[in-house]
Amino acid sequence: MSNFWTTFKGNKGAVVGLVILAIVLLASIFAPMLYTTSPWDMVNMPFMAPGVDSSVPLGTDTLGRDIAAGLAHGAYISLLVGFVSTIVSLCIGIPLGAAAGYFGGWVDDVLMRITEFFQVIPSFAFAIVLVAIFEPSITSMIVAIAVVSWPPVARLLRGEVMSLKHREFIEAAELSGQSGFTIITRQILPNTISPVIVLASMMVATAILTESALSFMGLGDPNVMSWGYIIGAGRTVLQQAWWISFFPGVAILLTVLAFNLIGEGLNDALNPRLAKRRG
Amino acid sequence: MTDPIVRIEKLKIALPEGADRPYAVDRCSFDLFPGKILCVVGESGSGKSMSANALMGLLPEGVHVSDGRIRLGERDLVGLTDEEMRDLRGRRVAMIFQEPLSALNPLMRIEDQIAEVFEAHGLLKPAERKKRAVELLTEVGLPDPARAARAYPHQLSGGQRQRVVIAMALALEPEVLVADEPTTALDVTTQAQILELIRTLQVERNMAVMFITHDFGVVAEIADHVTVMQLGKIVEEGPAATVLSNPQHPYTRKLIDAIPKLRAGRAAAPARETLMEVKGVSKTYRSGGGLFRPVREVHAVKDINLTIGRGETIGIVGESGSGKSSFGRCLVRLQDTDQGQILLGDQDITKAQGKELQELRAKVQMIFQDPYSSLNPRIRVGRTIADGPIAHGTPVDQAMAEADALLERVGLPGAGKRYPHEFSGGQRQRIGIARALALKPQVIVADEAVSALDVSIQAQVLELLDELKRELDLSLVFITHDLRVAAQICDRVMVMQKGECVEIGPGSQVFDNPSHPYTRSLIEAIPGKDWDAEAA
Amino acid sequence: MLRFILGRMVKIALILLAITILNFCLIHMAPGDPALVMAGEAGDADPKFIEDLRAQFGLDKPFIVQLWTYVSHFATGDLGFSYRQQMPVSELILDRLPATLLLSISAFVISLVLGVVAGVIAAARQGKASDSIISTIALLFYATPLFWMALMAVLLFSVQLGWMPAFGYETAASDFTGLTRILDIAHHLILPAVVLGLFFMATYVRITRASMLEVNRLDFVKTARAKGLKPSVIQRRHVLRNAILPVVTLAGLHAGQLVGGAVLIETVFAWPGIGRLMFEALQSRDYNVLLGVFTVSAALVLMFNLITDFTYRIVDPRIRLK
Repeated sequence: MSNFWTTFKGNKGAVVGLVILAIVLLASIFAPMLYTTSPWDMVNMPFMAPGVDSSVPLGTDTLGRDIAAGLAHGAYISLLVGFVSTIVSLCIGIPLGAAAGYFGGWVDDVLMRITEFFQVIPSFAFAIVLVAIFEPSITSMIVAIAVVSWPPVARLLRGEVMSLKHREFIEAAELSGQSGFTIITRQILPNTISPVIVLASMMVATAILTESALSFMGLGDPNVMSWGYIIGAGRTVLQQAWWISFFPGVAILLTVLAFNLIGEGLNDALNPRLAKRRG
Repeated sequence: MTDPIVRIEKLKIALPEGADRPYAVDRCSFDLFPGKILCVVGESGSGKSMSANALMGLLPEGVHVSDGRIRLGERDLVGLTDEEMRDLRGRRVAMIFQEPLSALNPLMRIEDQIAEVFEAHGLLKPAERKKRAVELLTEVGLPDPARAARAYPHQLSGGQRQRVVIAMALALEPEVLVADEPTTALDVTTQAQILELIRTLQVERNMAVMFITHDFGVVAEIADHVTVMQLGKIVEEGPAATVLSNPQHPYTRKLIDAIPKLRAGRAAAPARETLMEVKGVSKTYRSGGGLFRPVREVHAVKDINLTIGRGETIGIVGESGSGKSSFGRCLVRLQDTDQGQILLGDQDITKAQGKELQELRAKVQMIFQDPYSSLNPRIRVGRTIADGPIAHGTPVDQAMAEADALLERVGLPGAGKRYPHEFSGGQRQRIGIARALALKPQVIVADEAVSALDVSIQAQVLELLDELKRELDLSLVFITHDLRVAAQICDRVMVMQKGECVEIGPGSQVFDNPSHPYTRSLIEAIPGKDWDAEAA
Repeated sequence: MLRFILGRMVKIALILLAITILNFCLIHMAPGDPALVMAGEAGDADPKFIEDLRAQFGLDKPFIVQLWTYVSHFATGDLGFSYRQQMPVSELILDRLPATLLLSISAFVISLVLGVVAGVIAAARQGKASDSIISTIALLFYATPLFWMALMAVLLFSVQLGWMPAFGYETAASDFTGLTRILDIAHHLILPAVVLGLFFMATYVRITRASMLEVNRLDFVKTARAKGLKPSVIQRRHVLRNAILPVVTLAGLHAGQLVGGAVLIETVFAWPGIGRLMFEALQSRDYNVLLGVFTVSAALVLMFNLITDFTYRIVDPRIRLK
């Protein structure tokens, strides 16, 4: 474990990623305290450029709402959707992939056909359809993102389990009389944790991108302020008020970047073969 | 004696910082003579491959020659530019590698890969290059060379690919051939053919050969001169005959002594009651099938009959694809059988299910081949050993205590709290043995259990296995491709070919007086068997 | 080969069938009367449409009959009727399809060419400044929300610099013909295609670089060096050819994302393709159009996958000659 930290800390990008993530986390935790009023409230003149009035450092939007307040509150939604949808897709993908890889045969055939089906469906278009049909809300958005993003998890798990299954220590466990369940949970799954963690951090990044894109298309929860929504709302007045769309985009970029950097750092630290190469 | 073509003088190869020692090769000198084969022998980590790579100018990144000379004729190769070195590679010094399966580009036809050698040095016209490729393939004895030239690597067998690599190395008639364990990955009969080929070509062309190997049998077969390396230093050198018959350095003696001799190691034990009985077991693999594909069948195991007596050691010998491993896996039911019975008492392990299977398996345990994949990297070794008894209902504390006792018995006291990566290959194999014993089995199936180990470690593990077997009155089914090992430890030997048993009998009979032509060809192919006979 | 294509065609047909069934289930799982869902906003306006729909799709009949009716409509290419636009959905989509194909194929070519070239350069200069620059740029593009990049591109290149038109497929009411028209379309195409391409370029850079480094460690590269081949020849002939295989696989997997990206890009640039159609359908809750576009985009992805699989078989003899 100490080894892990040394490698992880040695990766500058990963440390930068952690710092950015910490800031976004803090923003999402302290937003309600910093901006006690709702981000939907009008606090100043509309179309106030950034830097003009120190009470609204990032300017205001078309209805005089504070962009900075919107960003702070949006951080919570982005992280929430990113994390929860990733957890949900892990919950779908891990058991399916593990079962397909371990049992093989027809179980594998059936599960992989299903996975393949969900993988060839264009994911963003499918997410749009799902959210549109089930009415936009945080829940429908999380479900939609989870439904379109679990197939890579299942495929990863299946591949890992299939290669582990023929490792001799698994066969030895089988011979020593351990049950299938014990073998999967004690012998196989712990050995798949590293790649799953790496994949998960990349999935959070993708989920945040998808969430913002859906909100941008007007499919966000109408009751919550999100980064994608602010960009979408500012789109029509791009020429007059560039800042409305600009700052939330930077926030998304940095957050997504943070997760990708952390993912790469984890990959180097947890995957010694690659880490050595970077050395 | 003629002048050497290559003189390596006080060569020092520096390893990158943080390696286990500062120099991979430390002040080593040796000469290569035209028409002679120098064998550089050593165990893994001895620096033998590094010196070969240095001669080719192909050292891995971060590793470099820090001192000494490598003279090729009048030129010193140390300090040549990349450009100059490239001109020599392939033209004056050529190399063949250990892994024929990965030494060829999978996406290119054989003829194109051979033609490249000429192209690299700007020789011949494109059409002539391909013609030469076919000629070269003929020369290295590939059947149907015209077709092989058009083939892709995956369409050829391991031995055929190694011939292609040799053809490639010979294309420009180099003066020096560097061979880095070229037969280690091959079956014994293929190995014999490739050794023969290298020997013939080398004599015909008066080439100097530097042959890297870990196997003294191979040395006895082809070497003119021997250099023994240990941890980057040369410990002994001399004419092959002298070194083999009268080794001076203790390390050389230890290596040579550790090689099992090819003669029945013991008189067959007196027959005792039958413990396990295999009746007509068959296993066929079917692949493909489906809407648009025909089914392909491989008979991995075909109608095998065998009785295993209490306390008996049975060797199962064969080349890759002989079905010996499949058969071993059937014995412990890692593989379902199609036909036949495997009886332990009156219970049939091929039919048992659930609780009955769990109990039967406790009586027949296995030791695996690869010490690096046979232990779960995330579980402490004590727990790995205890897992079996725990699954069978032993209380955790008691199982862990037994595991510690077993580790002590296999020579690793106090190892239980550590993780597998802290152990060497030989130690891991001892842990594997302890795990197999944890369920107090009656029969142990050892599948190539010592093949991955260096020869000195191999001897220790075999000895341990033999002691335990006697102490616990175990029966042992020992699966191996190595006839020497089988000869040393087995009471009876079964020879398998293409899934069938071609010969079975006491070790002395099978090795000294083989009745089946295949057995004879296997024994004939063992490198260094004449040397053995002399030593005997 | 014929057997391969035939097998894949059967598979594509089965997947499309499954998507149709999925559409049907979605309509029925949606809150509210399926007929209302199918009619979209038009349902509020005219109860007669609803009655027509009920009759046409047998919505009062048993579930399985409804499914059969729905699937057989789809199977004959009837994707329903857009009450909003008063046109069959299939006609709407066919009308918009060429623009989407033009955009996605251009973006795909841009991303693949730039991505592989940059990835090869980065791998060759591993650890040097140019590698860091390329990898950093790739990392940034990989993290940038596509729609935001599109907006910023409009702001910079259209609004500030005035180099490119901000939206549309061609200059409205210009009546250009022949070459002028083609150039006009190309001028409109550059910005959206490049923005869409850059995001995917980032992924190809990363995978190409990683794959080149991986292949460089394989034994046959050492064999090639032992022959005395020049490093440039080794990289091109031995390493790149092997390293490109995972890129092809990835390109196939990304087809779906490319279509998704096209939806966003077309929305921002008012590019008259099926993505824009999807956005319009969203605005007007025109579910028939929404599901139609979804189905057609899935079909596009399947075709694209077929092409990448085909390419893979041509490049890799191990699969071709099995």
